[in-house]
Amino acid sequence: MKFSDEKLKKVDEIIARYPEGKKKSALLPVLHLAQQEFDGWLDVPVMDYVASLLELEPIEVYEVATFYSMYNLKPVGKFLFEVCQTGPCMVKGSDDIIEYIKQKLGIGVGETTADGLFTLKTVECLGACGYAPMMQLGKTYREYLTPEKVDAIVEECRRQAVVNSVN
Amino acid sequence: MAKKLLLDKANVEGIRGYDVYRREGGYRAVEKALKMTPGDIVEEVKKSGLRGRGGAGFPTGMKWSFLAKPEGVPRYLVCNADESEPGTFKDRYLMEFLPHLLIEGLIISSFALGSSRTYIYIRGEYAWIPDILEQAAEEAKQNGWLGKNILGTGFDCEIYVQRGAGAYICGEETALIESLEGKRGNPRIKPPFPAVKGLWDCPTVVNNVETLAAIVPIINEGGEAYSKIGVGKSTGTKLISACGNINKPGVYEIDMTISVEEFIYSDEYCGGIPNGKRLKACIPGGSSVPILPANLLLKTAKGQPRMMNYESLSDGGFATGSMMGSGGFEVLDEDQCIVRHTLSLARFYHHESCGQCSPCREGTGWMEKILRNIEYGKGKMSDINLLWDIQRKIEGNTICPLGDAAAWPVAAAIRHFRDEFEWHVLNPVECMNRNYGLAHYADALEVPVAV
Repeated sequence: MKFSDEKLKKVDEIIARYPEGKKKSALLPVLHLAQQEFDGWLDVPVMDYVASLLELEPIEVYEVATFYSMYNLKPVGKFLFEVCQTGPCMVKGSDDIIEYIKQKLGIGVGETTADGLFTLKTVECLGACGYAPMMQLGKTYREYLTPEKVDAIVEECRRQAVVNSVN
Repeated sequence: MAKKLLLDKANVEGIRGYDVYRREGGYRAVEKALKMTPGDIVEEVKKSGLRGRGGAGFPTGMKWSFLAKPEGVPRYLVCNADESEPGTFKDRYLMEFLPHLLIEGLIISSFALGSSRTYIYIRGEYAWIPDILEQAAEEAKQNGWLGKNILGTGFDCEIYVQRGAGAYICGEETALIESLEGKRGNPRIKPPFPAVKGLWDCPTVVNNVETLAAIVPIINEGGEAYSKIGVGKSTGTKLISACGNINKPGVYEIDMTISVEEFIYSDEYCGGIPNGKRLKACIPGGSSVPILPANLLLKTAKGQPRMMNYESLSDGGFATGSMMGSGGFEVLDEDQCIVRHTLSLARFYHHESCGQCSPCREGTGWMEKILRNIEYGKGKMSDINLLWDIQRKIEGNTICPLGDAAAWPVAAAIRHFRDEFEWHVLNPVECMNRNYGLAHYADALEVPVAV
């Protein structure tokens, strides 16, 4: 297990942001990189690898990885639907959207579709309260969700998965 | 139309890029500030009366003046962009559409505080924004506003963006510092305060995005001119992120002289409530601040119109008032269920408790469980007093303010909407099928006649 050369260069760039001897500060950004590089989740060997890169004890990595909600400690689908369910989104119908996604994909919250494409997760406030209901998909937000929009997003993901498997 | 100091250029095409921002008068404040002494800049900020825009409302100039300056020890400025308070999305707007305004504010503030490595700690979910900020910082650097020996002053400065990874608690300044050091976001016991012992044990100032952006107009217009906008100790302008049951959700810049009623109903701001529904309640400053029923929201207990500023929103204390907080303004119409909404917030705080202090770790889970029972028709009348008792025992008994933030929404919901909780307990079947409605929450207040 090893980062690509390009990612290793990025790790060095991150470490250079901090003063001499403060390498540990790079942990959160490097865990983000690792999750990106190694299938969207942090398996124990991945965390151990990050520990060796940053000259940390493995426990220092585990305790951080388990604290923050964005690090996945179990495998997830290729497309992770993280639907906000906090107050302002709830007022605008997030419960119905979550229900619709469950029906549409045939999975419960925290589950992944059999084809390994989709995982549904409910999350707490993502700071898009005025554009509710909403979800995070990868690097971006999908806002003002309706059942029709969810349909379109699912289609978009399926198309993207086909393109990726061809290439 | 109220005067705009932060968002006046937000609609100029291309303002995200350096050239347009500069053409529109950008970086003039840096030119001006770097000819001043750091001490004079701090004085200007003190004069402006600027109060921290993250939620606490602490005077920024005073916070800056507390920064310790021991010889040979680096000092740090950290920008708190971990915006996570439910209802709040104003900093996201600033960073996404006016990144150079933040960078400009950061350069001036870094010079004033002597920070040569300045960090923007941004919540991990805003995953597309670090690219925008890093590009803006890079453009600033190419044009000589960042890097070595800025404008020939001998001052060096770099700005770095650090992404969090999903933890509301990291908006608390000492938890943020822990996280920036690569650790769990567990708040530290204060004192020592970050001004003495912060990032890597060095003197550190942590300020909100909007606070640091406001430094730009303060330098351009002068602290005194800034202090004349607004009213009393609510100086300058404030960004309000409005959401919930309103026609025009979004981010608005107000000058703190308008009334709450005008803010909700005028077309310039929220544009009223959709479908002719009536106002039931509102959380005016982010989910932690007390919820108010319509009657207390629009008028204070003394019968005065309530205004959108720090003093008026908190008029009456927690008994009959609320707080300006972070400016996350959530409106609830007559169809909303207060118990359900409070449950949603209790679940949020339970999820976000870091687990260090037992009153918060255990209490937030307990409150969520009881509220769930009441909402789903399994509550007992004694649960309402039990909830009150639990929130009292969390408040003030934790290292950081997350405990208070979890306690206040529950306390305010029971204080103002107790009959709705009781109705849930007495009507366990009916409460599953319909909401309690507006009830008497919009009825005119009985104001004692002045003698």
